[in-house]
Amino acid sequence: MALLEVKNLHVEVEDKKILNGLTLSIEKGQVAAIMGPNGSGKSTLAYVLAGKDNYKVTDGDVLLEGESILGMAPDQRAAKGLFLAFQYPVEVPGVATMTFLRTALNAQRKARGESEFSTPDFMKRVRETSAHLGIDAEMLRRAVNVGFSGGEKKRNEILQMAVLEPRLAVLDETDSGLDIDALKVVSEGVNRLRSPQRSMIVITHYQRLLNYIVPDVVHVMAKGKVVKSGGKELALELEATGYAQFSDEAA
Amino acid sequence: MTAELRTIKTAAEQGLAAAYAAARDKLPGKDTALRDAAFKRFDARGLPHRRVEEWKYTDLRVLMRDAKPLAGPAGAKPKGGIPTILTGVDADVIAVVNGRYESSWSDSNAHDPGLTIDELFKFLSENPGYRLSHVPGSDDTALSLNTAFMSGGVALRVKGKIAKPIHIAHVFTGDAAAAMYPRVVVIIEPGAQVTLIESFIGPEGLDYQVNSALELTIGDKAHVDHIKIGCDGGAALRVSTLGVSAAGKANYNDFAFTLGGAVVRNQTFVRFGGEGAQALLGGASLLKGRQHVDNTLVINHAARGCTSRERFKSVLDGESHGIFQGKIIVEQHAQKTDAKMMTRALLLSDEAEADNKPELEIFADDVQCGHGATVGALDEGLKFYLMSRGIPEKEAEALLVQAFIDEVLEEIAHEGVRRALMFAALKWLGSRS
Repeated sequence: MALLEVKNLHVEVEDKKILNGLTLSIEKGQVAAIMGPNGSGKSTLAYVLAGKDNYKVTDGDVLLEGESILGMAPDQRAAKGLFLAFQYPVEVPGVATMTFLRTALNAQRKARGESEFSTPDFMKRVRETSAHLGIDAEMLRRAVNVGFSGGEKKRNEILQMAVLEPRLAVLDETDSGLDIDALKVVSEGVNRLRSPQRSMIVITHYQRLLNYIVPDVVHVMAKGKVVKSGGKELALELEATGYAQFSDEAA
Repeated sequence: MTAELRTIKTAAEQGLAAAYAAARDKLPGKDTALRDAAFKRFDARGLPHRRVEEWKYTDLRVLMRDAKPLAGPAGAKPKGGIPTILTGVDADVIAVVNGRYESSWSDSNAHDPGLTIDELFKFLSENPGYRLSHVPGSDDTALSLNTAFMSGGVALRVKGKIAKPIHIAHVFTGDAAAAMYPRVVVIIEPGAQVTLIESFIGPEGLDYQVNSALELTIGDKAHVDHIKIGCDGGAALRVSTLGVSAAGKANYNDFAFTLGGAVVRNQTFVRFGGEGAQALLGGASLLKGRQHVDNTLVINHAARGCTSRERFKSVLDGESHGIFQGKIIVEQHAQKTDAKMMTRALLLSDEAEADNKPELEIFADDVQCGHGATVGALDEGLKFYLMSRGIPEKEAEALLVQAFIDEVLEEIAHEGVRRALMFAALKWLGSRS
């Protein structure tokens, strides 16, 4: 059974149809890239998976390990192992990064009927990961993302992912706004989290990110559905030909 | 008959007149003329109402339905001590029970030698030179009522540095609703330093009434932190007037924390009389149900080079109503004034209401003055971010509200008080769901 199955998904945002019968299957341990032109519905897919309000599913279903998640609140989906790395991580004034991480981790564990993490175990987990990502203790004490640079915000997303250990991570344009050095740090952080137990959906407009996070499969989206799937070489092909062919095809 | 044509008096106004006539000769102190003059001032105007600009949002003709009888004697101190949210704060408690100083309820042991405590009327008779209501705000109608009815209180004089906070605990005890009119006089000598806590507490379910007044005179270079904690019972009506006169280079920090009461008005009048004085006035109100809480401030920069900051936040749930009125006056000679105010209200329900009224009256030309006000609901984007990490909705809301309110609570210098109030805010949030 696939870890994630998106079946004929139709989604509207403010009466505008964005996803148009999207079907997608992600295997356990698989890293799938989703590419596509602006407006093809990539970020909408990410938000619908995470459970954001105002996204109206008019048809279809999303199954995580065979169970429909569409009726679940965002926190319930997170507890079930779903994680969204935001394209634009928000600033949370007054909530220290450490407090945020601990609250999130323990809330998930509680929802799953697991015991809370002890403080030393939690600290150890955060320290190890933050060191790899170049996040220092000072950043962890500061309010979540407040005053962080674009690169710091993206690194903080990967830190959260590492601490929360999701089974399915959706990375929404994690490469946007990053220079090449930051891109390397973030990609290494993501690669370290690759495991047979964890699947990832890497959403990106550009092929560049996929040089660093090499996908198992590539799906191309246009006009709200998957129009082509292939191996990692499909990304290179797209780099050469562009997205115009798919726009025409879908039209 | 006076020229003021107010033919219809409210039940409360009639009740107050009857209460004054009955109590006039029994009230403590010798200065009946002072009381008479104050009552006459009140009687001419009646209770403040919505057409009185300063009371626009707190119409006492509507909100105060009747005049309760004056509160009786205190009785014995409760075995568990005076209830307080200041757990773990080591302070000297001065108890003002049912509007009168109760030494038997107070901490009498080992006061700092720099602190002198007297019963109010003892102080007034021994210090005939002290003129009540010399602090700003003296023209206010609610203060006039306090002056007419004041039933007791304390006078404190502070010299040097007092290490332990002084906690004036206003307590109402009684089985039936009553009215209390405590008056507190505090004189801070030049260069002195003190943390002064005032708290208001009373039983749930009784619609008792409090009209309190504190007049605070701060000497040159003195440093005063004043924290006012409103934990009145849910049916109580309280009006508290605070008049502060600050001398040169004085440093005054005021914080008003309000959780309780049905109708609460904290009105604060500060006058900078000497150069280089500073004041930071902050506040946090956490309201639910049908609570109505009005924080009104008037800062008068009457000397050059003074700095004032006002930072108020309110969290409004249910059908509660939060009001902030802040007026900054800069007199013509008060050049180099630096005055800023900020107020933010967070609405947790569609039925809650926030009113903000900033006013600037600037007569000097070389000043920096500014104000900002925001009213809004919790940011849905922030909430989604937290929930997407696995934090349930109520917990996410609590975390965001706590962060919102902690930002002003963090300005309280005394660590124990700050922590106790943060904990009280957390408890309030926990009681929401």
